[in-house]
Amino acid sequence: MITHYGYCDGSGEYYIIIDSDKCSGCGKCVQKCPQSALKLETEFIDLEDKTVAAVSEEHRKKIKYTCGSCNPESNNVPCVLTCEAKAISCVWNPR
Amino acid sequence: MSKPKGKEFWRWQEYHRIMPGKKWSSKDIITAGVDVGSVGSKAAIMVNGEAYSWGITRTGSNSPESANKALDYALEDTGLKVSDLKYIVGTGYGRVNVPMANKAITEIACHAKGANYIWGPTVRTVLDVGGQDIKAIRIDETGRVVSFLMNDKCAAGTGRGMEVFADLLQIPIEQIGEISLKVEKEPEPVSCTCVAFAKTEAMGLLRKGWSREKVLAAYTRAMAVRMANLINRVGLEKELVVTGGQSKNIGIVSRIEAILGVKTLPMPNWRDEGSLDPMVAGALGAASLAKALYEKAQKR
Repeated sequence: MITHYGYCDGSGEYYIIIDSDKCSGCGKCVQKCPQSALKLETEFIDLEDKTVAAVSEEHRKKIKYTCGSCNPESNNVPCVLTCEAKAISCVWNPR
Repeated sequence: MSKPKGKEFWRWQEYHRIMPGKKWSSKDIITAGVDVGSVGSKAAIMVNGEAYSWGITRTGSNSPESANKALDYALEDTGLKVSDLKYIVGTGYGRVNVPMANKAITEIACHAKGANYIWGPTVRTVLDVGGQDIKAIRIDETGRVVSFLMNDKCAAGTGRGMEVFADLLQIPIEQIGEISLKVEKEPEPVSCTCVAFAKTEAMGLLRKGWSREKVLAAYTRAMAVRMANLINRVGLEKELVVTGGQSKNIGIVSRIEAILGVKTLPMPNWRDEGSLDPMVAGALGAASLAKALYEKAQKR
């Protein structure tokens, strides 16, 4: 399951995208995130609870500011680079 | 503009339904899904995985109370008691506050399953327009979520926004979709879909001499553009369906179809006895997952 965390508003679109089918729940991205915006969460899929990485609730509505300092336009951000399963990507299109 | 005393244009109909001709016995697997949304609370009862009854009420300030109210409404006149329910799944905005639920599941998974139940295995994209957020969900033929996107940052383009407009323009909420289509030429969408600012903009347009229909068309258009953007972000795949309260808004649905260039699968006419209601898709999905979870627990 691919989850788009973030939003599109008048200033552009900002998403951190996590693929929970690929995510192993290792938690390395959580440790690497300089903004502490990621955490491990329980996700319900195929009638099972699986532990996966997620953008924490408090940052979802202000992701433009929380994640902006990592320069996600380049995709060379700590969470994306550290993920061995390549489960994380970003879409960052400020207008 | 003076408002007739006591008339609440935003107020939508609360109702409950038992599917005609359906029966239950104590041997059946009876499950429930309770979907406490930001604006509406829905509860659905399933007998052996088939829709049996449901109730839709307005969500109050107290989530557990709203959950109880919706479930009681769904059980009304069925002869069933809460203790007859083998498994209850809570979902929606207030899902953690559904006291009687055996498990809480996100509304994403429930709407996916519910859309699969209502329209069948050909559904691939679900747009759920709720009271306070919009979700675009891609699913597979079993109703499993493949990809999703939720915009709950602001109330723009949601049911709550429509309620505000119904009140502002003094048009009953049920008629708002049809009236928005009564324009000769589709106007430019309003520049701002923010509910608070759109109200100001709408007042300005009315003062400029725009008709109510034209203002509504411009606002509905702006909402539809926003929704189409979300669908394009998760990737549009046919068939497309709309769930949630705004699925009943023909002005929204027909504009999304026009913008994306695809037809949605036909909406069940919820006013007909014996017809399913896309507004209860989340609750139906929750009840369906409740059955699966109950059976899984039995096998252990």
